[in-house]
Amino acid sequence: MTAATPVISCKNVWKLFGANPEQYLKSLTGNPGFDEIRQAGYIAAVRDVSLDIAKGEMLVIMGLSGSGKSTFVRCLSRLIDITGGKVRVEGQNIGEMSEKELIDLRRNKMGMVFQSFGLLPHRTVLDNVAFPLEMRGQDRHERRARALEVIELVGLSGREDYFPRELSGGQQQRVGIARSLAIEPDIWFLDEPFSALDPLIRREMQDEFLRLQEMLGKTIVFITHDFDEALRLADRIAIMKDGVVEQCDTPDQIVLNPATEYVAKFTEEIEKSRVVHAGVLAREVNGHSLTGAPVGDKQTISELARLLVNDSRDFLPVANNAGALVGAMNRQKALDVLLGEGS
Amino acid sequence: MTDQTMILAGKPQTWTRARTGWIIFAAACLLALGNSILPAGLVRPPEWLILPFADWINAIFVFVRDDLGLLYLTRTFADGVEWLLDVTANLLYGKNRWPRIGPIPWTAVASIGFVIGYALQGWRLSLLTGGTFVWIAVMGQWKWAMETLSVIVVAAPFSILFGLVMGILAWRSKTFERILNPILNIAQSLPHFAYMIPVVVFIGVGPKAGAIVTIIFSVPPMIRMSLLGLRKVPHEVIESGHMCGSTRWQLLRHVRIPTARTEILVGVNQVIMQCLAMVVLASFIGMPGLGQKLLQLLQALKIGRSVEIGITIVLLAVMLDRCTKAWATKQPEHFEKGTSIAVRNKFLLIGAGLSLSCLVLAQFIPLMDQIGRRDAFTISKPIDAVADWFIVLIDPVTQWLRWFLITWVLIPIRDAFLWMPYAAVLALLAAAGWAIGGARSALVCLAFFGLIAISGWWDRAMITVYTVVVAVCIAAVMGFPLGVWGSFNEKRASIALLICDTLQTFPSFIYLIPVVMLFGVNDVAVIGAVVLFAAVPLVRYTIEGLRQVPGTLIEAADMSGATRMQTLWKVRLPMALPTIMVGVNQSVMFSLFMVIIAAFIGTQDLGQEMQRALSSTDVGKGLVLGLAVAFMGLMVDHLVTTWARSKKEALGLE
Repeated sequence: MTAATPVISCKNVWKLFGANPEQYLKSLTGNPGFDEIRQAGYIAAVRDVSLDIAKGEMLVIMGLSGSGKSTFVRCLSRLIDITGGKVRVEGQNIGEMSEKELIDLRRNKMGMVFQSFGLLPHRTVLDNVAFPLEMRGQDRHERRARALEVIELVGLSGREDYFPRELSGGQQQRVGIARSLAIEPDIWFLDEPFSALDPLIRREMQDEFLRLQEMLGKTIVFITHDFDEALRLADRIAIMKDGVVEQCDTPDQIVLNPATEYVAKFTEEIEKSRVVHAGVLAREVNGHSLTGAPVGDKQTISELARLLVNDSRDFLPVANNAGALVGAMNRQKALDVLLGEGS
Repeated sequence: MTDQTMILAGKPQTWTRARTGWIIFAAACLLALGNSILPAGLVRPPEWLILPFADWINAIFVFVRDDLGLLYLTRTFADGVEWLLDVTANLLYGKNRWPRIGPIPWTAVASIGFVIGYALQGWRLSLLTGGTFVWIAVMGQWKWAMETLSVIVVAAPFSILFGLVMGILAWRSKTFERILNPILNIAQSLPHFAYMIPVVVFIGVGPKAGAIVTIIFSVPPMIRMSLLGLRKVPHEVIESGHMCGSTRWQLLRHVRIPTARTEILVGVNQVIMQCLAMVVLASFIGMPGLGQKLLQLLQALKIGRSVEIGITIVLLAVMLDRCTKAWATKQPEHFEKGTSIAVRNKFLLIGAGLSLSCLVLAQFIPLMDQIGRRDAFTISKPIDAVADWFIVLIDPVTQWLRWFLITWVLIPIRDAFLWMPYAAVLALLAAAGWAIGGARSALVCLAFFGLIAISGWWDRAMITVYTVVVAVCIAAVMGFPLGVWGSFNEKRASIALLICDTLQTFPSFIYLIPVVMLFGVNDVAVIGAVVLFAAVPLVRYTIEGLRQVPGTLIEAADMSGATRMQTLWKVRLPMALPTIMVGVNQSVMFSLFMVIIAAFIGTQDLGQEMQRALSSTDVGKGLVLGLAVAFMGLMVDHLVTTWARSKKEALGLE
């Protein structure tokens, strides 16, 4: 496997619910709409989705309830069998795997966090976290040592002997996260992990999650219905509606160039300057004379607001972390992002 | 379709249904009025229509027993059970069998009872469990109670295991569930005696027959609860199990079954309560123990001693119920870090210590080992005295009541039921069925009662129906007001519900004691026992239903200026009605069971015939009679659930 091979690759993935979905799918020609399929007595949860997820990337799938996002993530781990198309994980078609191969894949490569935690009520925190290790038959001491390690990682040390119902929602989800990390998975699925938590805890857990991701650098598929959360966390966002991916791009691009009206509705209310980075606005230098101190490509426009307003240069040099020049940013364009166009 | 359009679409349909119902009802009335001029074939099922079901069943049984050699299989299984029974019998009351170390001193058993109660819920339950054993020992009933318990100790684990396995199979295979479901429905509405007759044929009489009939009788609720529990495991918990890489077996063993723990333990609770009810009744097939004693004492009209035994049975029932419920609801709790092993297992250590010391002490103090008949207390004399005084005191009332009920209520109603042509009864039921659930329900009603008609037991069945109808009506007249009164406020409701729940744990046999005491052995006593037994679920569900009416609705009624009575009649009762009807349904079931049990104090209905079938071990007849009773129950169940479902939909409760 080369570095360029995507970790997960979906080709024309379909998931239909109904009496005889495989046959119905074969009979389909063209690309019928959600309502058309529904009239035939089927529910289209996922329609013709093709996506690649690169190693170490965090893909956030955003959609409202019923958009098929939870079904889609279950297709990626084959918790649900797909109706049509192919899902490859590290090059292997998971639809063709035997039950044993699939179990091996989950025991060694995948971890998943659930919206309502999915903890086993009769097991302590320690035993819950050690559960996947127990399933693959590791011995007691190893299990315990590793479980304690991840429990510490998520900040629950001292609560190993508690039962799930003795913990708060945030703590329960920490257990869920610890459990999904116990086997050191390469691929990490998170299905609306913070939706069941109240807003303050949610914020705290997002920070915690970013800290973990920085440390672990996993390939992540993160499901949410919260657009702000998506913008905050994602490398790339896929916006789903009625089973179709409306747009899949970086947060900056989605905010700057929404592909469909549906996507535009989400971006309307967003303060773009908090999302868009200088690096995205940087263009080729094209002979403009660049003077003065460069701005960092990872800085958001809102962070640069004061500078943009006070500066007199037409073009600002943009440099990356290493100090190398990336391009030139049109100050007027940046101000448009900051203040809104035409105002 | 939205809810609104569904209700709109449903309206004309129910109207026509009701109209068809009325037309059939009119036809039924015509048939009844024309009783004297009807051809004989419409008044009673004609000879040629009556099918010899009993002979057929007997033929099948003989084939299965002799030709298929099932007898050997059952006898082998029974021998295994008997061996286990002997072991527990030796341990608990010192029957002279392997391992010949019993009996365990009563103090040791009681001390374990105290510790188990405390470990499960605290000192109150501890007093109940320990106290029950102390009472049994002190009253000199140790041997009988242990005879009863030794059977439960053997039968319950079998039932639990069978039930769990069947539940898992039904959960895995839809086909199996589809086959199992109707069988369970019938099994749960067959009266106790119907189970005993085949067991007597296959196994004989005595403790092992008692144990086996108990096992068979108590399996169905366990199957139901296991299935329910497995279904209820949250989706995400199962998915998390999958994502942790569980194999199917690991998923079942580590994820599904432990997560369904509460439901499964509720199943265990029901199994044990069913076991107790059946063990007590199994005295009819020669099962020694508390039930047999009670039966003998009741038949000899020894009120004081039967009350003593009754108290023991009640205490055992309440104790077993509370302990298993406490076990079901007990949630695991963690120990603080660094808790020593001794503290973690303190209950085990205390229990072992206490029982061991009792064991040692019993070697030196005989009274701590066993309390013989001579040393036992008895309160039968004062109870007899009080009962006599009370009976004499209210004798004018009971005498009058008995006379009034028999001459003016029971006999006329019974005669009316017997006078009805069977065709009219069938038409009446079809009318009710049609009005409630359309053609399908009408057919269901016709099928159930049509089968009873062609079984040849029509008159007997009508007497059973009459007893149940009268009893449920009286129970309703008493039960509804009590329920309304009981639901007045939260505190009263919880007390009333606790009383109802406790009363419901009593084995049905117990209800015969007070009525025999008051009315002697006759029709009124039977009706009395059935009324008592049937009133409990009515009160319970009335309270439950009224209590569940959403608070906002009552606030809305209050703010509309409704008086308390208006709120009750216009808001609370209509909303509670579907739940109350569940109570009516259960009440009918309970009445049917009780009527059959009450047969031994003298009735002329199906129950009496069933007792005869039992004493002549006539399997075919017994099963036909049992099925006739089951069909009555199933028909009522069908009508009530259909009605309640449509009502709930209309009220938007589901």
